[in-house]
Amino acid sequence: MWEAIRRWFDPADLRSVGEPPDYRFSLANERTFLAWLRTGLALVGGGLAAAQFLPPLPMSHLREVIAVALLLLGGIVAIRAVDHWARTERAIRLGQELPASRFPALLALAVGAGAVLLVIAVLVRAIGEG
Amino acid sequence: MSAGRDPGLQPERTRLAWRRSMLAWTVVTALAVRLGSTGGTVGALSAGVAVLVWGAALVLCWPRATGTGPARTGGRTLPLVALGALGLALSGVLLVIRGLW
Repeated sequence: MWEAIRRWFDPADLRSVGEPPDYRFSLANERTFLAWLRTGLALVGGGLAAAQFLPPLPMSHLREVIAVALLLLGGIVAIRAVDHWARTERAIRLGQELPASRFPALLALAVGAGAVLLVIAVLVRAIGEG
Repeated sequence: MSAGRDPGLQPERTRLAWRRSMLAWTVVTALAVRLGSTGGTVGALSAGVAVLVWGAALVLCWPRATGTGPARTGGRTLPLVALGALGLALSGVLLVIRGLW
């Protein structure tokens, strides 16, 4: 793991692998990284907004749980974006198949599950008030 | 970059992607500062750090967002920017948890 992290910060190490690719592929890879970074920033922003704008919810500390979950998810997305970018760049330089990843599916499931839980929380409150 | 060599406008698209990302970062920083402003000393400190990290990210990404300086892809900028985003997330977690007391 530390080896992988050291490699992110060592552009020379990446350039020592394989052939220099068509620069357009590197730019596309970088844009994909940026799209993931924005996804992570959106989750972080969502967490920060939940912490300060959500009204009190029926379960105690549910607001804080939502905020922390979104913040952590955003951080993970950002870090995973670098790892995926580095592995993709390596694969492009080596002419290998691009790395497959379960991460998008897992993220989608997590966000979907979170949305369902929130719907339940809103319904519980609506029924409690009605 | 000559237009004939690159009909896909790849450098321009990448430049705009950096700009979008920095705009998103700016919004998140504003939210972090607003949350921090309600959190006493720790909140003020984390808001200050968020602004500093935002400034550092802006300086780091400026050449890529504006196309000034040598064209380059990859490098240390990417992991540094991601670490900055992780730092924003963790300082937010700290503030939220601290707010429980």
